Amino acid sequence: MQTAVEVTDLVKTYGETRALDGVSFAVPEGTVLGLLGPNGAGKTTAVRVLTTLLRPDSGSASVLGLDVLHRPEEVRRSIGLAGQYAAVDDKLTGRENLRLVGRLYHLPKREVLARADALLERFDLADAADRVVQTYSGGMRRRLDLAAALVNRPRVLFLDEPTTGLDPRSRLGLWEVLEDLLRDGATILLTTQYLEEADRLADRIAVIDHGKVIAEGTADELKDSIGGSVLVVRPTSAADATTARDVLAALKAGAVTDGTGGELHLQGGSLALLTKAARALTKAEVDVTDLALRRPTLDDVFLSLTGHAAEPTEEGAA
Amino acid sequence: MTAVHELDQIAPEGPMWVLRDTLAVTGRNLRRLLREPEVLFFSTVQPIIFVLLFRYVFGGAIHVPGLRYVDFLMPGIFVQTTAFASTGSGVALADDLSKGIVDRFRSLPMARSAVLAGRSVSDLLRMVFVVLVMVAVGLAVGLRFHAGFFAAVAAVALVVAFGFAFSWISAWIGLSVKSVEAANLAGFVWLFPLTFASSAFAPLETMPGWLQAFARATPVTPTVDGVRALVNGGATLRPVLTSLAWIVGITAVFSTLAIRRYRRIS
Repeated sequence: MQTAVEVTDLVKTYGETRALDGVSFAVPEGTVLGLLGPNGAGKTTAVRVLTTLLRPDSGSASVLGLDVLHRPEEVRRSIGLAGQYAAVDDKLTGRENLRLVGRLYHLPKREVLARADALLERFDLADAADRVVQTYSGGMRRRLDLAAALVNRPRVLFLDEPTTGLDPRSRLGLWEVLEDLLRDGATILLTTQYLEEADRLADRIAVIDHGKVIAEGTADELKDSIGGSVLVVRPTSAADATTARDVLAALKAGAVTDGTGGELHLQGGSLALLTKAARALTKAEVDVTDLALRRPTLDDVFLSLTGHAAEPTEEGAA
Repeated sequence: MTAVHELDQIAPEGPMWVLRDTLAVTGRNLRRLLREPEVLFFSTVQPIIFVLLFRYVFGGAIHVPGLRYVDFLMPGIFVQTTAFASTGSGVALADDLSKGIVDRFRSLPMARSAVLAGRSVSDLLRMVFVVLVMVAVGLAVGLRFHAGFFAAVAAVALVVAFGFAFSWISAWIGLSVKSVEAANLAGFVWLFPLTFASSAFAPLETMPGWLQAFARATPVTPTVDGVRALVNGGATLRPVLTSLAWIVGITAVFSTLAIRRYRRIS
C-alpha cells in the first residue's frame, strides 16, 4: 500500500509555544487517520502545514509523494480541505459557492456546473442551493463546506474538526457521507476531539497532545494498550459515591478515576475483581445502579495517556 | 461519486489562468457587493450629507475668489469620497481573512495573485460607481463642468485613479490588522484629517502657514486642484502631474507591501 500522507519531525513554534513539537505520522492510501487530541494540541497546525497554508520551522511533509514545501501547487490540485470554521461565502448561494471553487480548480465549465449540482444533491442541499448561505443552519454550512472540499474529487481529504458544533443528527449524516467517500477510495486525515468520531471513522488513530504524537494504532490496539477491561461502578447517590471511592481504593487494584455521569472507573478489571468489588460494596452498604465490566473506550485510553479528558466538557455535544 | 481519480484537470499555469482566476474572484466580490446594497448606499449617503452641509450650510460663509462655491466644493467632495470609499478594500480583505475565505483560496490551485487582483478590480468598479453617483448629486445641486466633456471625463478618471491608489493602502492595512473592526478604524481615522487639511473645502490661502505647508505636502491637495482645474478650466498640467506622480508612487509602494503581506499570511 502506498503512503498518501507523510509527516516527519514537524516543528512549529509561535513565540514560546511549541504548537508542533516533532510530530510524525503517516497515512496509507485509502485509509483514514484520526488525529485525536484536545484543543490546542497541534492538530490544526499539522493540517495547515499539510494543506500548504503554513510553513513549519523544521521537518518535512508530503502528500501523494509531493513535498508540500517545494511543490505546493501540485499538492493543492490533489487535496480537499474542510476547515474548522466553515470557509464558505455567506453572501453567495450554495450553488455559487461550489461553482466558484470549481472555477478556481480550473475544471472545464461543463464539469463545474455538473459537479456543483451533483454535490448539492448528495449533501441534501438541492432545495437550498439558490439560497444565500447566510440563511443556512450550522449543519447545512458544514455540509456545504465539505462539498466545497470535494469539488475536484480530491485523492486526499483533510477534515479539521468536521463535526465540531454540529447537532448529533447532522453529525451522523456527515459520518455517512464520509463512509461513502472511503468506499470510493479516498484517503482522509481527520482531526477531532471526539473519541466516538475517531472510533467510528478512523482506521488508525494518532493521539496528539502538546504538539507531540503520544500514541498511535488502531482503536483496538489503543484500547488493549491500557490493559484488559474497565470496572465501572455507578453509585446511586453522592454520599454513596464517597464511600464507594474509598471501598474501591481499598481493593488496591489501581487508581480510581472519574468517568462520565458520576461513574467510577477501575482499570484492569476482571471477573475476580468484579466479585471482590461487589462483596466489598455490599458490606459497606453502598447502593449502586450500575456495576459492570466493559472494554475500555478511547476515553479511557486518552485519560490514561494524558491524565486529562479529551473532550471539552462544557460543549456537551454527544 | 464514481472513480475518484479519473478527472483530468487543466494545468493552472500561465497568464491566461491569472486572468481567469482574477475574473472569478472579481465576479464573486461584485456579487457580494450587490447582495449588500446597504454598504454601497451608505458609502454615498455620507458624502451626500457633506455636499448638502457645505453647499447650503457652510458654503455661504466660504468665499472663493473667481468661482461659485459649488464648483469649488464638488471636486473636493469627489476626492474625499473616493478616499473614504477606499477603506472598503481593507475591510473586505480583513473580513475574508477572519472568515477563512482566504484560507480556502490559498488551499486551491489558483493563481496566487488573483485574490488581490480581483479585489482591486472590483474596488475600481465600485469606485467608478460611487464617483458617478456623486457627479449626479453635484449636477443636481448646481455643479457645471465648465471645461467641457473630455476634461470632465479626465476629472472622473483622475478621481477614480486616486481612489484606486488609496485602496492599496487600505488593502495593506486590512491584511495587517487582526480584525474587521480594526481594519475599519485603522483605515478611516487618518483619512479625516488628511482630506480636511487640504484644498478640498476651503482655499488654502485662508489657512495658517503651517497648515498650508502640510496640505501642500499631501496627495490630496494636488489631486483636488487637478480635478478642480479639469472641472472649471485653468492650469491643469502641474497639479495633475503632481497628483499622477502620487498615484503611481502610492500604488507601487502599497501594492508591493500588500502583496508581500498576503504572501506571508499563515
